[in-house]
Amino acid sequence: MSRKLLIDKAHIAGIETFEVYRKEGGYQAAEKALKTMTPDEVTEEVKKSGLKGRGGAGFPMGMKWSFLAKPEGVPRYLVCNADESEPGTFKDRFLMEKVPHIFIEGLIISSYALGANTCYIYIRGEYAWIAKILERTIAEAKANGFLGKNILGKGFDLEIYVHRGAGAYICGEETALLESLEGKRGNPRMKPPFPAVKGLYGCPTVVNNVESLTAVVPIINLGGSEYAKIGTEKSTGTKLISASGNINKPGVYEIELGISVEDFVMSYEYCGGIKNGKKLKACVPGGSSVPILPHDLLFKTAKGDTRLMSYESMSDGGFATGSMIGSGGFIVYDEDQCIVENTYNFTRFYRHESCGQCSPCREGTGWMEKVLHRLDNGNGKIEDIDLLWDIQRKIEGNTICPLGDAAAWPVAAAIRHFREEFEWHVTHPKEAMERNYGLRKNIFVAPASA
Amino acid sequence: MKFTEKDLQKANEIIARYPADRSKSALLPILHIAQDANGGWLTVEAMDAVAELLKITKIEVYEVASFYSMYNLKPVGKYVFEFCQTGPCNIQGVKDVIKYTEKKLGVKEGEITADGLFSWKRVECLGACGYAPMMQLGEHFKEHLTAEKIDAIIDEYRKKAVALN
Ligand SMILES: Cc1cc2nc3c(=O)[nH]c(=O)nc-3n(C[C@H](O)[C@H](O)[C@H](O)COP(=O)(O)O)c2cc1C
Ligand code: SF4
Ligand code: FES
Repeated sequence: MSRKLLIDKAHIAGIETFEVYRKEGGYQAAEKALKTMTPDEVTEEVKKSGLKGRGGAGFPMGMKWSFLAKPEGVPRYLVCNADESEPGTFKDRFLMEKVPHIFIEGLIISSYALGANTCYIYIRGEYAWIAKILERTIAEAKANGFLGKNILGKGFDLEIYVHRGAGAYICGEETALLESLEGKRGNPRMKPPFPAVKGLYGCPTVVNNVESLTAVVPIINLGGSEYAKIGTEKSTGTKLISASGNINKPGVYEIELGISVEDFVMSYEYCGGIKNGKKLKACVPGGSSVPILPHDLLFKTAKGDTRLMSYESMSDGGFATGSMIGSGGFIVYDEDQCIVENTYNFTRFYRHESCGQCSPCREGTGWMEKVLHRLDNGNGKIEDIDLLWDIQRKIEGNTICPLGDAAAWPVAAAIRHFREEFEWHVTHPKEAMERNYGLRKNIFVAPASA
Repeated sequence: MKFTEKDLQKANEIIARYPADRSKSALLPILHIAQDANGGWLTVEAMDAVAELLKITKIEVYEVASFYSMYNLKPVGKYVFEFCQTGPCNIQGVKDVIKYTEKKLGVKEGEITADGLFSWKRVECLGACGYAPMMQLGEHFKEHLTAEKIDAIIDEYRKKAVALN
C-alpha cells in the first residue's frame, strides 16, 4: 500500500464536519504553524519539502512563495485555483467534497506564511454544490476560532471567500483567473509583471492549486525534510491522479510519486487493468494538454527503463518519446479508440476555449479543428497531415498564455505517434467512418463550427 | 427585472467580500443570482439591473455575460441537460446518449420542449471524466448516463415540475 497524506481519512464517516476532523487530529498543523513558527519558517518547510505545484505546470511552490513582493502597507493575497477544467482532471473536486477541512486548514497555514489576510477560492461555476460545502466548512472553521480575527490569539486575521466562476477553461490560467476575479472577461495578462509582484487588484498575489495548498498540512505535520523523503528525489510527496477512460476502476487515487505506470494501470489497487479484456492502445497521462503516449512508450521509456509516475520519468524522452504528469488527469484508451477522432475532439475544445486575444491561437485552433474535422469524417487529404503539423508549430511559443501550446502539443504528439492512423483515415475513408460512426454506433456527427 | 429583498441581501453580502472600491469583483456571482431569479437566462433588463446594483456601465456587464458559457443570453428550458462532449465522455459514448435524448425530447440543441420544461446543450469537460458519460442538470451532476437513466430523469423532473405548480 502506497502512503496517503491527503485523502487517507476520506472514508471516515463525518470527516467533512469540524468535530470529526478535529477528533482525527485535524487543525494540529495550523496550531503548530501559528503557535510555534514564524511565517518565514513555514515557507522554509515548504521549500524543503520540494513540493511542485499540482495544477499542471509543476513549479516548485516554496520558490514561488519566496518571490512574493512584500511592500509596506500593501495587502497581499492568496488565491486558490479551484477552476479544475483541464479535460481528464477531477481530483481537486474530491478533496473539496470529501475532506474539505484539510483543504481549508492548508489555506489557513499558507495565508499565514504569506502574510495574506484575505484568501479567495476561485472555483469553477459548475461546482455549485461544492461551493456550498466550502462555505459551510469555512463557517465551521470560523466558529471554532481558526478563521476571523486574532486566530488562536496570535494576532493573525484571515477571511476566506468562495468565488464562483461561470464556465471558461481559460480562467484556470492564473492571470485570466485574476482578471475574472476582478469581474472581467478571462483574458490572460502579459507577464511580466508576475502575480507575485502585481496580481489581484495590482497587489502581490500567490496563486496555487487546491491540491498544492492542501499538501501544506502534511508538510507542516511531518516537517519539510520528512515529507521530501516520500516519493522520489525530484518528485517528492504524494499526488492525486484522476483516472478515466477504458479502465476497470476509474476514479481518484492518491499515489506516492515514483510507483510504476504499469502498476498504476494494471494493479487492482488502482485502475484495475483495461476494461472488457481489451488491449491498451494509448494514454494521455496528465490532462488533455500533454502529449499522448502510445502503449509501447507508456510502461517503458524509449531507453527501456521502467516508466514511473513521477515528473522526471513521465517526461523522460522529452516530447519525442515522453509526456508530462501535468494535472494528473490520466486518460486511458483501449484498442477500439480512434486517435483521429480524439485529436479532433480535443482541438475543438481548445478552439472553443481560446480567449481570442492572440491570432496564432485564435486562428490556429480554428484551422486545426477544420482540418481535423475533415480527416475525422473521411474527407481528408494526405497533405492535411503535414498541414496540421505546420499549423501547430506556428502556434507553439507564439502566444500570450500557454493555452496555445496546450492546443498544439496534443496534435503534434498524435501525428508523431499515430501518423499511420491519420493516413489510414485518408486512404480508407469509408472504413474509417464505419469504424468510428458505424461499428461504434456513434452516428451523431458534430457539425463543424464556423 | 427587480431583485427580491432576499436576493438583494445575498448580493450585498457578496459585495462585502471584496475591497470597497472593487465591488465589480462581485459581477460573476451576482450574474448567477440574477440568472437564477430570471428563469435560467439573462435578459437585457436583468443585466442592466446588475449594472445598476454594482454601479458599473451596462457594457461592462454585457461583455462579461457573453464571455462565460454558464450565462444564457436566450431562454432555456426549466431544466437544462448539459452534456459533456469532451474526450473522456466521448469515448464512453456520450454521443449515443445525446442522440437518444434528442429523439426522446423531440427538440434540437438549444430548443425548448413545447411544455417549456426541457432543453439541452453540449458543454465541455465538467470534471467528472471518471464517471462518464455525464451531464449537468441544475446544480447537480448526473453521471454514468444510459438511455434508461435519461428516461428516469425525464420522468422525475416532469413530476417535480407538476409538484411545483
Ligand atoms: C489554459 C490553462 C488552464 C489552466 N487551468 C488550471 C486549473 O484548472 N487549475 C489549476 O490549478 N491550474 C491551472 N492552470 C495552471 C495555472 O496557470 C497555475 O500555474 C497554477 O494554478 C499554479 O498553481 P500550482 O503551482 O499550485 O500548480 C492552467 C493553466 C493554463 C495555461
Ligand atoms: S494563447 Fe489563446 S487563450 Fe491564451 S491569451 Fe492567447 S488567444 Fe487567449
Ligand atoms: S470529459 Fe466529460 S466530465 Fe471530463
